[in-house]
Amino acid sequence: MTVPVASTSSVMIEARAVEKWYPNGFHALKGCDLEVRRGEVVVIMGPSGSGKSTFIRTFNALEDFQKGQITVDGIALSNDLRNIDAIRREVGMVFQQFNLFPHLSVIDNLTLAPVLVRKRPKAEVSEQARALLERVGIAEQADKFPGQLSGGQQQRVAIARALCMEPRILLFDEPTSALDPEMVREVLEVMQNLAADDITMVVVTHEVKFARHVAHRVVLMTDGVVVEEAPPETFFTTPAHERTRRFLDQIL
Amino acid sequence: MLRKLRHELFSTPGDGVLSLGLLSLLVLALVGFLRWAFHQAEWAVIQANSTLFAVGRYPLDQQWRLWLLTTLLVGAAGLSWGLLRAHPRSDREGVLWPRNDRVAAAVLVVLALWLPFALRLHPGIQARWWGLAALLLALRWLAGRHGRQLPSKLLRLVPLIWPATYIIGMVLISGGLGMAKVPPSEWGGLLLTLLAASFAILLCFPLGVLLALGRRSELPLLRWASVVYIEFIRGAPLITLLFLGQNILGFLLPGGLAPERIWRAAWVLTFFAAAYLAEAVRSGLAAVPAGQVEAARSLGLSYPQALQQVILPQALRVALPSMVGQFISLLQDTTLLSLIGLLELLGVARTVMANPEFLGKNAEVYLTLAVLFWCCCAALGLGSRALERRLDPQTIPSR
Amino acid sequence: MVLPSPPSAPDGAPPWWRDRRVVPWVVQAVVGLVVLFLIAFLLGNLVRNLTAAGLLLTWRWLSQPAGFDLAETIVPFDAGMPYWRGLLAGLANTLRAVVCGLVGATLLGTLAGMAAFSSNGLLRGLARIYVEVIRNIPLLLQLVFWYFVVFLALPNGAAALQLPGVVLAKSGLYLAGLAEGLRWQLPQLVNGVWQAPLRLSVEFAALLTGLIIYSGAFIAEVVRGGIAAVPKGQWEAAASLGLGWFTTLKQVVLPQALRVIVPGLNTQYISLAKNSSLAVAVGFSDLYSVAETTLNQTGRAVEVYLILLGAYLGLDLLISALMNGLNRLVQIRER
Repeated sequence: MTVPVASTSSVMIEARAVEKWYPNGFHALKGCDLEVRRGEVVVIMGPSGSGKSTFIRTFNALEDFQKGQITVDGIALSNDLRNIDAIRREVGMVFQQFNLFPHLSVIDNLTLAPVLVRKRPKAEVSEQARALLERVGIAEQADKFPGQLSGGQQQRVAIARALCMEPRILLFDEPTSALDPEMVREVLEVMQNLAADDITMVVVTHEVKFARHVAHRVVLMTDGVVVEEAPPETFFTTPAHERTRRFLDQIL
Repeated sequence: MLRKLRHELFSTPGDGVLSLGLLSLLVLALVGFLRWAFHQAEWAVIQANSTLFAVGRYPLDQQWRLWLLTTLLVGAAGLSWGLLRAHPRSDREGVLWPRNDRVAAAVLVVLALWLPFALRLHPGIQARWWGLAALLLALRWLAGRHGRQLPSKLLRLVPLIWPATYIIGMVLISGGLGMAKVPPSEWGGLLLTLLAASFAILLCFPLGVLLALGRRSELPLLRWASVVYIEFIRGAPLITLLFLGQNILGFLLPGGLAPERIWRAAWVLTFFAAAYLAEAVRSGLAAVPAGQVEAARSLGLSYPQALQQVILPQALRVALPSMVGQFISLLQDTTLLSLIGLLELLGVARTVMANPEFLGKNAEVYLTLAVLFWCCCAALGLGSRALERRLDPQTIPSR
Repeated sequence: MVLPSPPSAPDGAPPWWRDRRVVPWVVQAVVGLVVLFLIAFLLGNLVRNLTAAGLLLTWRWLSQPAGFDLAETIVPFDAGMPYWRGLLAGLANTLRAVVCGLVGATLLGTLAGMAAFSSNGLLRGLARIYVEVIRNIPLLLQLVFWYFVVFLALPNGAAALQLPGVVLAKSGLYLAGLAEGLRWQLPQLVNGVWQAPLRLSVEFAALLTGLIIYSGAFIAEVVRGGIAAVPKGQWEAAASLGLGWFTTLKQVVLPQALRVIVPGLNTQYISLAKNSSLAVAVGFSDLYSVAETTLNQTGRAVEVYLILLGAYLGLDLLISALMNGLNRLVQIRER
């Protein structure tokens, strides 16, 4: 079998009939389909417990699934450790709780993975890291430690850290849910700029304005299934399904 | 100041009475003790046996090797201290000579000048101690001043001087390589105490970390094996394990192979400490949020890489106070070696007091030993707190 | 419900060394084999060496006469009685020391721990000094200090230290108590020998003193940590209700602190039980010292060791079980 190589087709993530049960028997994902193309920004919304975080975490093998098929960037997500490692290199993730490494400085947070995983020389990575910090607007914090930064700054560092691995896809798991309202905007701005740079993004969020202005497609998930997918214009104004309407009534 | 004193001691009538009572008791005790210390006690027993206390029955003509080792250790310590001062944490630029560091240096100078006098050591030995103290301070100053100019590749090699010194030290102590061999049965006193403690501390650390990881593993066999080991060791008093080591170890090895008693005891101490250390590291591991592993894996790090770079550094920082507590216990537990016939510090003390010339001088000897142990353990405790402060990125620098 | 396993790749399963379902089991198998091999190796040597020395495992020697006396014992024992009785006497002594030690250390530790929150600065300082000094000096050193420097230096006979109800002499500690006929009797000097309803040997007294003071310091830290864990707001609320310091401590803070303290006490109690084995250094005939003598006389290392291990493990389990029960009691009060 040949070494898995990132594909050149335009489909980045292809998930078919994905089902997941937790060990206690709970049926978290009941057959989900999703297709994400290169450069697309897909926003997944839904009530809590609908399985949206679980779903995107299957894309980089942070969660297992029992049935169905997932192909990321042409590489099949299977039990092969080599495939999983290859996928994780190409997929970056930004977490709700930031999950920065508190014992490393900001610049070290960024350079750790490229040096260890992609085996690049540290000096080159440091330069790139500083450029990325500049891009997200916190270049002057490079030598500080995460504990000394505000929530919004930490999340921006987290985004820069994911970007430093030069991933082809970025996953966002409720990136602004743990932030104070003043800081939500600065993070969403960064994400908006990223979208403008043609990076493939899958974002789980409650931020309706962001979905309206930045997303190419909005997806609704409830109870472990994908209910509706549509461009934001139609999703928010003329939803096709009853459940979508009910959900929108609650949040709008 | 006076107002603070009044508030602390006499804020209520009950407190006032208590304070007066305690103060009078304290004064009585102190006066009684000082009177004994200066008039009745005979401290000659310490001075006359200082070599015994220090190195046991190590042959006199070979003791130059121990001096060489001490010089190497002092040199390594001075170098490390200076380099640590020259390279503060990246967010503390400009805080080059923090206050605690200067206090420590001052205390060292005072001790180095006063102790040889107080112990009334031989002038030749006094001179050597002063030389060593001067070496330590000189290296600290030199490395502190010029440490920044050291290229980073060389800097990375510096921590290696410690394992190197340890190995050189073992060779110096035991012999070989053209030097006369000194069998372990002749190692004693403080030398043996520090040797046994350092051996056990160094080796129990990797073993303890492995056990802690095994205890938390999801693989049932690893978890079960770790639990059985840890609970078995923690259920037994150390003396019974040492006893086991002395008597049964010979039976467990093929052909009646029986290693030296000191090595048997040192290995027992190691396995003993590893079980307790595993518990301390385990609580540290539990304190690392699950999100850290997820972030590391999502960045593409393999599990061993994530362990080494992300999980263990954080876990060990959290566990540091309890780990150092274990090391302090280990240092204290070396005294149990005297119960199985090994002549470490307490064992030497017993033989000294059995000498008819020094019969009945128990109080002086035990008090000196108590002060010695207290200083070593308290120093370890202070060092641990300094290490915690350096490693904790949340601490604001003191000045 | 049976969970189906994760799906395989479209082009078949990966080789075993890259298959994430297989690798963990391989690791376990390797570790298991190594451990089994080690155990088999050691046990094999053990059996072979024991057979060669004629010391194969047997328990018959336990009924042979011991041939040594015990300095003090509450189980009647002399040199003609069998070894197992001697070991039993040792166990009884250990239990005596442990029970008294636990009670004393808990009392001392609780007082010292509470003293850390006293309004009196001197008391707080003394408590702190007590803990810091005792924790950094080895227990064995403290024990031999108490025995050789303090207790053995006590005067004897008429010159003994006489306190109300207590006489401290080199021949022992004599305490007032209830004699036969339920009369309260003080220690009396009869023909130059002290007599009293309750007598502790100097060895036992030294062991107890050392254990109580040592464990007391650690228990003080546990108690202090438990009280410190109670939110400051509780103290403030009690003060605003007009409760005094001691009442606050007793009725409000301590019950909450116990939830943190009890698990810490478990560790300290087990530690004290194991530390009682150092009695051999002060000449008190506890289980370990009897076992050591037995081993020296019979050479039966493996059996004696198994007995020792079993006894101390049993003691630990007993203490843990009791403390877990106490823990549950303390936790239930929440709802």
